[in-house]
Amino acid sequence: MRYLPHTDVDVQQMLETIGVEKLDELFSGIPESCRLQAPLNLPAAKSESEMMALLGVLAAQNAKVSEWDSFLGGGAYNHFIPAVVDHLVSRSEFYTAYTPYQPEISQGTLQAVFEFQTMICQLTGMDVANASMYDGASACAEAVLLALRTGRKRSRVLLSQALHPQYRETVATYCRYLDVELEEIPAVESGLTDQKQLAQLLDERVAAVVVGYPNYFGQVEDLAAFAETTHAAGARLIAAVTEPLSLALFKSPGELGADVVVGEGQSFGIPLSYGGPGIGFFAVKQKDMRALPGRLVGETIDQDGKRGFVLTLATREQHIRREKATSNICSNQGMCTLMVAIYLALHGKQGLRKLAELNYAKAAYAKQQIALLDGFELVFGGEHFNEFVIRCSEPVAGLLQRMEQQGILSGIALAQDYPKLKNCLLLCVTEQNSREQIDRLVTALAGGEL
Amino acid sequence: MSSTDSRGLVLDEKLLFELTDPGRVGYSLPAPDVPQTVPRSELLRAEIADFPELSEVDVVRHYTRLSTWNYGVDSGFYPLGSCTMKYNPKVNEQAARLPGFAELHPHTPDHLSQGALQLMYELQQDLAEISGFPAITLQPAAGAQGEFAGMLMIRAWHEAKGQKRHKVMIPDTAHGTNPASASLCGYDVVPVASDGVLSKAAVAAVMDDDVAALMVTNPNTLGLFESDIREICELVHAKGGLVYCDGANLNALMGISRPGDIGIDVMHFNLHKTFSTPHGGGGPGSGPVGVVEKLQPFMPVPVVVKTGELFRLDYALPQSVGRVKGFAGHFSILVRAYAYILAMGGEGLKRATELAVLNANYVRARLEGTYDLPYKQRSLHEVVFSETALANDCHTLDVAKRLIDYGYHPPTIYFPLVVKGALMIEPTETESKQTLDEFCDALLAIAEEAKTDPDLLKQAPVRARVKRLDEATAARKPKLRWTKD
Repeated sequence: MRYLPHTDVDVQQMLETIGVEKLDELFSGIPESCRLQAPLNLPAAKSESEMMALLGVLAAQNAKVSEWDSFLGGGAYNHFIPAVVDHLVSRSEFYTAYTPYQPEISQGTLQAVFEFQTMICQLTGMDVANASMYDGASACAEAVLLALRTGRKRSRVLLSQALHPQYRETVATYCRYLDVELEEIPAVESGLTDQKQLAQLLDERVAAVVVGYPNYFGQVEDLAAFAETTHAAGARLIAAVTEPLSLALFKSPGELGADVVVGEGQSFGIPLSYGGPGIGFFAVKQKDMRALPGRLVGETIDQDGKRGFVLTLATREQHIRREKATSNICSNQGMCTLMVAIYLALHGKQGLRKLAELNYAKAAYAKQQIALLDGFELVFGGEHFNEFVIRCSEPVAGLLQRMEQQGILSGIALAQDYPKLKNCLLLCVTEQNSREQIDRLVTALAGGEL
Repeated sequence: MSSTDSRGLVLDEKLLFELTDPGRVGYSLPAPDVPQTVPRSELLRAEIADFPELSEVDVVRHYTRLSTWNYGVDSGFYPLGSCTMKYNPKVNEQAARLPGFAELHPHTPDHLSQGALQLMYELQQDLAEISGFPAITLQPAAGAQGEFAGMLMIRAWHEAKGQKRHKVMIPDTAHGTNPASASLCGYDVVPVASDGVLSKAAVAAVMDDDVAALMVTNPNTLGLFESDIREICELVHAKGGLVYCDGANLNALMGISRPGDIGIDVMHFNLHKTFSTPHGGGGPGSGPVGVVEKLQPFMPVPVVVKTGELFRLDYALPQSVGRVKGFAGHFSILVRAYAYILAMGGEGLKRATELAVLNANYVRARLEGTYDLPYKQRSLHEVVFSETALANDCHTLDVAKRLIDYGYHPPTIYFPLVVKGALMIEPTETESKQTLDEFCDALLAIAEEAKTDPDLLKQAPVRARVKRLDEATAARKPKLRWTKD
């Protein structure tokens, strides 16, 4: 077997050194009653070429965004990934290492994460960011746990109805056995979280208010107003960002008063890969630094006074604090952290802004064109980033099918998560959608043949 | 710092922000083909202060230089105990990047994602066969999240039976994630003392009708098989509890013993350990969970099912504990693990286990006598020495740092906590006898140096990019980001 270097002679010599005759004797610590009596019922080993042929067949059965006109968003975004990103993350000094427990031989990973933490702070307008979480949804749940830990016995959490449904579900799972009351702030009427209802729901038992920015309907919420009402009640405002490219265009949540900013970083150079892995980012103000979950990299010096980086503030973590830790998380998204950092470094101050503007303009164009069609209307009137919601006069299942026949993935039906939004579709337009594609979408929606 | 600080090929490299030259760009965007429109000005942010401005060449050189400061499995031997740092096959990287996988959007309808769903379904079946559990969820993002999902299912099962139990038993050798995960599910943690392996008596002394579950690691973090596991499971079951197994060390059992056959009720897999997916500099991992039939209704959603010839994501589990993350799991990691199982086959996986155990026992045989071995039972995939035989007040940390000067990644150190100055060595099956011999020679030489010239250990490393770092100051005055000035 090509991954196993032992020759028969090696095995024999090693057994002799150990002082046993057969490999099987090494397992004498496993009682007979615990031994598997038959071989594993798995296919025989495949050669590399056979294996790739087999995987190629499976891969070919999936609708990839490069061959379809895709207007799918909803927490995962089709952005172009420059060749540099994959080239650099494929340096195996990076991806075959583990968590940098030994800093002297892990400075590459450590400096890259330190830079990642810095860029997340700059984008979100926050003071401190960690080395990443699993994804946006679980980061959002961890943010709620942070608010509950630091919220001095407050036990209510208010989630905007326009927060990504998967984020709400994940928060509910994490809070399932923790004596927490989760309540929804209505948002379906206007597509924006209802400020008045929030004010009514707030009281001295609320630990956190969670709002999407932009929200699941692609709308840009008035975070400053939420911050004011939330803080007046002594609670923390958590902003959850599913499309972080928007942060290059709109005011940062930190600037608008959010206490915790979490989100999904997949937009920044991570392949869609059917939804994972992505990367959760997690940023707070200085006051909550020691309440952060996850790994943190800090700057220090070595014995000669030379700058270096280490994992730090480990006393928050499970390997030291065990059941009293700030989280059970052990890994971060290492390789994805690197993808994000490289992507951000490449696009830089100017590129990220221009890309965000392009996404905005493309979505605005599509929105405007669809609004002109008979049988379709825009559901919400607020400001958007690269997603928006339309209502169709025909049943949406049939529409989606009709569009698929023309090679278009035309959006996400919302009724399953929002029964009031019957026959509504969430559409996403990015720089990957040319004007020609958008025009084809519009023609097809109108019932025309392509 | 300037480039003249570089010596030979030990390249120096500034931070991105220090390299920045305003006006430089490293991107190219398609020309705008729609009318330019902008949001209302009061919503707009100012430019992102001090964000990088670099050319493509700058970025490529920056990360290439940083990579040279890292040590990975491809650089050399990486015997980090409990982490199973086996070789990461290159073809698996290619497999995960096949456009049909990498460019598949998670909201794509099931009928247009059949290849991905079939792969997940078959991986579920493969993991079921390897572990002996009838049902598998692929959703958890990493081992710790698998633990969380597993403990949630345990609690949901108890509650569905109308039982309120408050405690979870965890042996003192467990990973820190175990108590943290149990605590997230609202359980109080009761530590159980073990003497190398867990005894029936120790479990019986704690087990009562307020204990929801026992969390064990098998083989445990000393590399020992929990020899009474069957009886311990029976004992826990007899009092209405369940048994969770941390599957971090499954690399010692493939084709030899199946946790699902011996009384375990729930176990997570670490695909980045046993199934060769890259550790990625800290992640992403993937932590599927296997459960016995009675826990199946409580699995996180979605699960992949097959109806007729169609594979689909099933959300219709009314008793599900809910989702633990977005979408269906770390799909591209699942592709790599699936590719690994295809490449190895059933016999190959068993062979991997046999050689992993052979390697650990070989290292043990060569070092025992020089290094103190506190637990003498037969080792499986890893061996744990203590620091007590080291001369001249040298400690495990010193040995670890000196190993860096010899060109190796150190083993896991100071874990498990039950061993004084633990040195936890897990060679894995992908290392040759030659590599192990050279590594053992290095450790033997270091033990000798401790006697004759302990400063060599105490000052180590001297051949790495940096010397020992001031971790105390880093924690006391945390500097967690770059700022201008």
